[in-house]
Amino acid sequence: MTETATLADEADEADIDPADLAIATTGLTKRFGHQTAVNGIDLAVPRGSVFGFLGPNGSGKTTTIRVLLGLAAATGGSARLLGHDVPTELAQALPRVGALIEGPAFYPFLSGADNLRRLDSADRYADPATRDQRVARALERVGLTHAAKKKARAYSLGMKQRLGIAAALLTPRDLLVLDEPTNGLDPQGTREVRSLIRAVAAEGTTVFVSSHLLAEVAQICTHAAVMHVGSLVAQGSLDDLRGTGARVVRITTPDGDLCRVELARLGLEATGPVGEVTEPTTDEVAVEAPLADDGPAAEDIVAALVRAGVRVRSFDVDRPSLEDRFVALTGEGFDVAR
Amino acid sequence: MPADTRTHGGALLGSEVRVLFRRWRTWAMLAALATIPILMAVVVRLSSEPPGPGEGPPFLDQVTNNGMFVAVTALVVTTPLFLPLTIAVVSGDTIAGEAGLGTLRYLLVAPAGRLRLLVVKYVSACVFCVAASGTVLLVGWGIGSALFGTGEATLLSGDTIGVGDAVVRSLLVGAHVTICMLGLAAVGLFISTLTDAGVGAMAAVAVLTIVAQVLGQLEQLAWLHPWLFTHHWLSFADLLRAPIVWTSFTENVLLQAAYVAFFGALAYGRFSTKDVLS
Ligand SMILES: Nc1ncnc2c1ncn2[C@@H]1O[C@H](COP(=O)(O)OP(=O)(O)OP(=O)(O)O)[C@@H](O)[C@H]1O
Ligand SMILES: [Mg+2]
Repeated sequence: MTETATLADEADEADIDPADLAIATTGLTKRFGHQTAVNGIDLAVPRGSVFGFLGPNGSGKTTTIRVLLGLAAATGGSARLLGHDVPTELAQALPRVGALIEGPAFYPFLSGADNLRRLDSADRYADPATRDQRVARALERVGLTHAAKKKARAYSLGMKQRLGIAAALLTPRDLLVLDEPTNGLDPQGTREVRSLIRAVAAEGTTVFVSSHLLAEVAQICTHAAVMHVGSLVAQGSLDDLRGTGARVVRITTPDGDLCRVELARLGLEATGPVGEVTEPTTDEVAVEAPLADDGPAAEDIVAALVRAGVRVRSFDVDRPSLEDRFVALTGEGFDVAR
Repeated sequence: MPADTRTHGGALLGSEVRVLFRRWRTWAMLAALATIPILMAVVVRLSSEPPGPGEGPPFLDQVTNNGMFVAVTALVVTTPLFLPLTIAVVSGDTIAGEAGLGTLRYLLVAPAGRLRLLVVKYVSACVFCVAASGTVLLVGWGIGSALFGTGEATLLSGDTIGVGDAVVRSLLVGAHVTICMLGLAAVGLFISTLTDAGVGAMAAVAVLTIVAQVLGQLEQLAWLHPWLFTHHWLSFADLLRAPIVWTSFTENVLLQAAYVAFFGALAYGRFSTKDVLS
């Protein structure tokens, strides 16, 4: 896709030093049999960023994360995590990485705190002397102090999700990888996770957060990448991503056809279905048309429409929202792409 | 590399053993094993006439003379099926159970290290082998000496032995039985790396145990018998002679060591390259 190329060029211009990248991949590919789950992606996650890894269900986000963390072997390409080669030098990088991968997982017969102790003891750099203290602190950060002694099997979905995030925060981390961290959380919990991510990022930790819901991460990300059917279709800072979309004029009016004719006369081609009624209770339709940067000024368009007798009820010139960009890049359909 | 480079590699084994013994399942299996010597001793005690020589399971007739032989008889009775079933459950669950829970991916990114995790899992399975035969032994000693006292017993060679010797002999049988299970645990560890379904791995190990014993019964396969991990499972009789004949004990140690090395290597070969997608 051309967009990726532009953004990649921009990245080249910025000349990011590979050492400044928390995650860097080149041509990373993972195949399951004949299916290519991840197709030659070049990820560049700057250190200190909050990086949104977006894509619809089945687009290959979790698979990418598994490969990055050494759980699955790449079929092709290479990756570096905190400057260490994956998978040969992973043992050096992983103690500095906290991760939540495709949902939390626990021993149902152990309490929340014991589950964290168990995972902590698997990390040979984690000091047993400070274990209880760190476990208590992690539980506190996710608001689970009162459920610390409860068996994990008695945790609700949201509590498990919080416990999984607590596990990722057991020791100070340079990189936090969170795969769908707000899955199963109530709106309050979602907000808490967002502020937790902000707090962690403020300490200098790079946060790599995947989601299929753009709205959940857009507010906290500094950077983002968009996956579609295993390929990276866009990547860059949030402003880069927003800016690449052309402006759009949006008009609501009862005189849809007349409006289209008039717009065409001004050199604007209306998109979208003809005669779509926005509000079933009114007679209004929404007309949208992309507006080139050298197109007519907004006030001239309104004046021309009014002169032609179009009853303009609202008029709007807008950069497409990130949401629109996301949908444009990944397709609107509800069906997973494969 | 973390700033603090001191490592605490032993913590995982401690955690693993603690988790094993925090499971209700582990205690249920040990409790079930403990019922065998208890049942046996109580039934013999309540029956009007003591079992004659050669009647019932081996050494049952000695039980009334020296209660410590309850432990030996119970070990012999549990070795073909009951004991290996519990080992199948624990060893089959080692990796597959973690995969099934999804905790395997979190252990690996901790990072536990694949080889380290495999070794820790195997050692904790061995700890269970000791706990399982130890349970039968201790409970056997306890209930036996309570119901029958600790008099003199007659060995297979006709010699009579006292309490001290009886303790040593039954300990030896316990050690032999435990060693017999170590090869099985290694087979279980390997099978456990093949699947994400703990129950499937357990069942496969249990079936293998039975198949190996059936093959061991077929005269036509005599050439194969010395290579079956079950070959020496019931060769404890030599430990109950005076003097002790060590041949089958040492042969068994070598055979089990070979199984541990072979299946340990297979398990590592499989697990070190496995995609963890659970
Ligand atoms: N173990 C597997 N075997 C075969 N194919 C797999 C396996 N795991 C994932 N896939 C395929 O790889 C593709 C990417 O899956 P992945 O789990 O990475 O998607 P995702 O972006 O994380 O989706 P979601 O938002 O639903 O979590 C999917 O088409 C999926 O069917
Ligand atoms: Mg996923």
